[in-house]
Amino acid sequence: MPGKLKAKIVAGRHLPVMDRASDLTDAFVEVKFGNTTFKTDVYPKSLNPQWNSEWFKFEVDDEDLQDEPLQITVLDHDTYSANDAIGKVYIDIDPLLCTEAASVISGWFPIYDTIHGIRGEINVLVKVELFNDLNRFRQSSCGVKFFCTTSIPRGYRAAMVHGFVEELVVNEDPEYQWIDRIRTPRASNEARQRLISLMSGELQRKIGLKVLEMGGNAVVGYLQCFDLEGESGLVVRAIGTACTLDKISSGSFSNTHTHPNTAPPSNACNSPSKDGKESPLAHGCRSTHNSPVHSACSSQRLSQNFSVSVPTLIFTGMGSGGSAGKEAGPLKTLLRQQTQTALEQREFPFFTLTSFPPAFLVHVGGVVSARSVKLLDRIHNPDEPETRDAWWEEIRQEIKSHAKALGCHAVIGYSENTSICEEVCILSASGTAAILNPRYMREGCLDMGSTDHRFDDPSPPSCGFCHIPYDELNMPFPAQLTYCYNCRRQKVPDVLFTTIDLPTEAAVTGKGCLIQARLCRLKKRAQGEVNATAISNLLPFMEYELHTQLMNKLKLRSMNALFGLHIQISVGENMLLGLASATGVYLTALPAPGGIQVAGKTPSELNEQHVLTIQKRINDTIAKNKELYQITPPELTEEGVGSPIPEPRHRSRLFRSHSESSDEVSELDLSHGKKDAFVLEIDDTDAVEDIHSLLTDASPPTGFYSCNTETMPGIYNWTTAVQMFTSVRVLRLSNANLSNQSLNKIFTDLCENLLKSFYFKLRSMIPCCLCHLNFNVAVPEEELIQVSVTAVAMTFDKDQAQERPAERFITKGGSETEDQLQFSLELCADTSSTNSQTSSKISGVQENALVSSRAASVDYGSFADRCSTWLELLRLKAHTIRRGSVKTSRRTQSLAHSVSSLEHCSPLTEGRSRSLRSSRSFGGSSVTMVKMTPLSFLPGTRIIKYLGIINMFFIRETTSLREEGGVSGFLHSFIAEVFAMVRAHVAALGGNAVVSYSMKDCVLMENPNKNQAQCLINVSGDAVVCVRETDPEPVAQMVNSGQTCAADGTS
Amino acid sequence: MSVELDVFVGNTTIMDEEVYQLWLDGYTVNDAVKARVDAGVLDECEATEDVLLSDTMDQYRTFQMCERLLQSPAKLANQLLFQITPHRQAMLIERYYAFDDPFVREVLGKKLSKGTKKDLDDISAKTGVTLKSCRRQFDNFKRVFKVVEELKGPLVENIRQHFLLSDKLARDYAAIVFFANNRFETGKKKLQYLTFQDFAFCAGQLINNWTVGAVDNMVEDMDVDLDKEFLQELKELKILITDKDLLDQHKSLVCTALRGKTKALPEMEANFKNLSRGLVNIATKLTNTKDVRDFFIDLVEKFIEPCRSDRWTSADLKLYLTHYTNSAHILDTFKHQAVWDRYMGVIKSCIFKMYHD
Repeated sequence: MPGKLKAKIVAGRHLPVMDRASDLTDAFVEVKFGNTTFKTDVYPKSLNPQWNSEWFKFEVDDEDLQDEPLQITVLDHDTYSANDAIGKVYIDIDPLLCTEAASVISGWFPIYDTIHGIRGEINVLVKVELFNDLNRFRQSSCGVKFFCTTSIPRGYRAAMVHGFVEELVVNEDPEYQWIDRIRTPRASNEARQRLISLMSGELQRKIGLKVLEMGGNAVVGYLQCFDLEGESGLVVRAIGTACTLDKISSGSFSNTHTHPNTAPPSNACNSPSKDGKESPLAHGCRSTHNSPVHSACSSQRLSQNFSVSVPTLIFTGMGSGGSAGKEAGPLKTLLRQQTQTALEQREFPFFTLTSFPPAFLVHVGGVVSARSVKLLDRIHNPDEPETRDAWWEEIRQEIKSHAKALGCHAVIGYSENTSICEEVCILSASGTAAILNPRYMREGCLDMGSTDHRFDDPSPPSCGFCHIPYDELNMPFPAQLTYCYNCRRQKVPDVLFTTIDLPTEAAVTGKGCLIQARLCRLKKRAQGEVNATAISNLLPFMEYELHTQLMNKLKLRSMNALFGLHIQISVGENMLLGLASATGVYLTALPAPGGIQVAGKTPSELNEQHVLTIQKRINDTIAKNKELYQITPPELTEEGVGSPIPEPRHRSRLFRSHSESSDEVSELDLSHGKKDAFVLEIDDTDAVEDIHSLLTDASPPTGFYSCNTETMPGIYNWTTAVQMFTSVRVLRLSNANLSNQSLNKIFTDLCENLLKSFYFKLRSMIPCCLCHLNFNVAVPEEELIQVSVTAVAMTFDKDQAQERPAERFITKGGSETEDQLQFSLELCADTSSTNSQTSSKISGVQENALVSSRAASVDYGSFADRCSTWLELLRLKAHTIRRGSVKTSRRTQSLAHSVSSLEHCSPLTEGRSRSLRSSRSFGGSSVTMVKMTPLSFLPGTRIIKYLGIINMFFIRETTSLREEGGVSGFLHSFIAEVFAMVRAHVAALGGNAVVSYSMKDCVLMENPNKNQAQCLINVSGDAVVCVRETDPEPVAQMVNSGQTCAADGTS
Repeated sequence: MSVELDVFVGNTTIMDEEVYQLWLDGYTVNDAVKARVDAGVLDECEATEDVLLSDTMDQYRTFQMCERLLQSPAKLANQLLFQITPHRQAMLIERYYAFDDPFVREVLGKKLSKGTKKDLDDISAKTGVTLKSCRRQFDNFKRVFKVVEELKGPLVENIRQHFLLSDKLARDYAAIVFFANNRFETGKKKLQYLTFQDFAFCAGQLINNWTVGAVDNMVEDMDVDLDKEFLQELKELKILITDKDLLDQHKSLVCTALRGKTKALPEMEANFKNLSRGLVNIATKLTNTKDVRDFFIDLVEKFIEPCRSDRWTSADLKLYLTHYTNSAHILDTFKHQAVWDRYMGVIKSCIFKMYHD
């Protein structure tokens, strides 16, 4: 489909002075696309030139349209010598190729120079006319929509989710070509920027082709990364989830908090049993992965071409013992068979999505991750990126088999990343093993057949995803299972780790919080294969220790599940950095976590004292955290009634890397100082460190919450105030002889201090939650640790913080709605009563201690379990019914609350808009405010249009570092410039916000002695048009205002 | 171990008004941190001094980057680098152009030249305003002066539009520009008791009544230069003191009118000729630039000081000047009523403002 690209250069403003004599500039513009270049006339002697050029027309292939950016260069005309470049603007015209996205690009763009930064602005108009496609064997994929958002975009309905798409392209890095020795830094930077822009265009086009092949029309959760491999080249790779999206006609969706109703098709395929054979691997892998540590260590292998790969762990709830029952077995097997056929055809049943339409996600198994250490060699033939492909293929296979071992057929919340140091590269992939409802993935499922009832999972949506997907008799790892505390019907693990967002329908007690595990490991400096081996030997230990830290911190906060888990391991010349971030929550469906027990090895008097003080500190912290995060589990109430429910004793050990896996310690009685009941030897210095690091994590100051997921459980009433920010901190370790411990301390302090800084800076936004805290660590040089963070601070209405909006209850479908509703309301109400029963619980635990159920004695126990569970369930229902009347009043109260708060906020919003309006007259500003957020939504607004993906790569270099305020000054202005350029592009597309914004790379190289520094930043996001939720007829209005803005600018 | 780099950049530029003030006041980062600690910021958010230092550095960097834009405020509104809400932009500009009264008192009426700039460290030492802040304020005066110098139209309005300042601040700048242009002497010891606001008021009076702009509002420099024709006409007022009959007649008219209304009547009667001579002499000499410069000194020496030594109250002064002005209209041989009113109107209000009880 060839097309015609038209561009018009309107005007410039704030240009720099290029002629010292006159203090003016004789500017003209070159417009280049592919190999065609046009020029405007020279506009003499002005810093605000009005070119008002003709329309420059480029007749091009759509393949080029997708690959190439429009390149605009502003120059200063010089009669006697060469013209001086002022700066450039690259415009990605991809958004114009989609009929649904933007129709014109028009606005002021910052003129960017890689040496001087932003130097004035230029007003440009760009349009594209596409002709009809006649060629069947086309190379382009115009029309495929791309979204960075990792959920089904608002305003769309997923007709079908096709699955994983990936692609990578490689090239030589211009920075390392011989010509770089003779060209200027500016030319080199520009060559690099242009190349990467081309490569990402090509990559996007190729992915688009794959999507078309699969029959889809969009890529959701598009994640593109650059690997700067130095000498060996430049890799641009991308993954995403191919979907068929239908646009929901405007007006039918209105709520930003709940996901747009991607209503499941009412009639699904009636012949699902194409090939019902069970995968042989589903049980076979279990033994190799039964313990994380062992699997990681044992399966290390060396492959031939100097590369070492270490497939890592399956993370799931760790614990031991457990009961089993066969109740759900047959159904589960059937389910697995059916869904496997749906997914079997796919090479990789991976999904980059992190949140799903209701009913899509059936069960979650746990986190699967794989890492591999590779030695980079030169990419000899850029057209055949096979080595890199093979590497990733290997890792994905690993992930796939991990998922199978967990009894899951799919991996969701999937992501990939790399860390490179010299010639060593760590490739990592991680995701969450899960079982998905196959309805969304079958061809033609929308059109025929009746509903397949076997897939209508009987479990309620608020807890269904927690139910274990694997076979209880053949568990892939030791886990302690109990009956779901929500529905009492199926088994759940004691702890759940995932990489996805908390499902909107999940039942959660209290609030969540950010939990981080941080780790530094020194390593010897080495070269080549030796180095790679050393690194791969360290990896499993790091992974295990990070996991242990996470587990302990989770327990310390009295929570039982992690969402959005992201583990990053970064490699430097003499150390490895590991950072795991996740959001801890208390899932109502999962059992309450036990405390943490500390014990000394030798029962000496002195030790005893020490143990007791530490134990007390830990207990106090747990109690404090419970209060802080409002965790008041409902289970306690039931126990007050004296039910015979088998009390799962999941007092966890304090995991430590060096401790041998001790026998299951079911119960501890510290006062008796049983010798074999120790959990942690505190005379071990490591252990003391561990405890200290556990306790030093400060909780956020009052009024602040933090999480790394899309939203914070327990907070629903956001106001419209958002502040997205990026912060970078680099620490220089001056002392060469640091131990692992002191390094850990330094690293932990660095992260903690960053958080403290955020809290302080954003204190005016209290009550406020930092959402989507995305930490990125790197070791840019020896002795340097770099941490960059992007997040968004959002204010919420304090009065209502503890109440869920009433609508959320209504969305919970099913027969149990009534009971659940009253039940969960009861949770928030009866804080005092639960407190009083805590003590009774503890005593109960001690009584039960003698009956400790080991894994061996499962069968009898489980039968008894089941009986008692039913009894308990009945009792519970009776209980709620009795209390019913009281609770209803409570409900109306909460409704009244929400109404009053609405009234409360309306004058505020009016005041705001008034101030905006008054400002218009003031100074005649024509700059549209563009909001940015790493989340997929903006609170209080509704997205009415997606304008296309923003994917930008910038290089900035300076040879006058001191004059620019040192590295901090240099980076500060660069980040501000990047924000400005993103905003300008969004505004030119007619948008007013960027959602799912992320800064994927921030590579900083400095040489203060030479007064030089260079930095590369890669950002991406979705440009959108959003309107206030209250605005009735948005579409026409927005488009108009966008155009008037542009018109203002040109006049 | 040291922090090599530390930045925080918000999509909406974060600016703390207190820190901005400290920056404007010329505090170093470390002094600003101390000041913030003293102000009790640490208690607000469980912060440590490190956090405060990092925050202060970030903000200082932001302000430094913004400074270029603040110097031509119109750019701030349509630049793309910083996303700042319009009312916050207004705050930034207003504060950037705000000045310290002690400082401006020192510079008022001086030539805004490099020479004066060199003396800034003395002024800084004398006023206690930091040198950095002095420089900013001085440069602001100079910048505004340069811009409006070449513009047509009303001075206050020009300043307001070009620098996006509030009406009050624009008027103050107009006064500063007006004083600098006419080089009014304000530094003499006898004038020390006058505040900047006293002078600013007088400047407003002069601008509104004595400049070219008071007659014609489309001339260049209309509000900066005094109306030459008017100054020429003022010479005609001399008759009031040179003509003995006229002077006596004027005196008796005033004294009759004042009878029974003030205790200070004897002094007024005794001093009438002196005072009248003083005021009229000022008027007739205004054609000389040198005498224009001494306008305020003359007012103080020739009129305010004698009155003060006779312990006139403000009310006395008001009464006297009102009758002094009005009585001239009754003098049948005095023909220059219009000029007299234009002159006395300003003189009257300036003297009221400058007469501190």
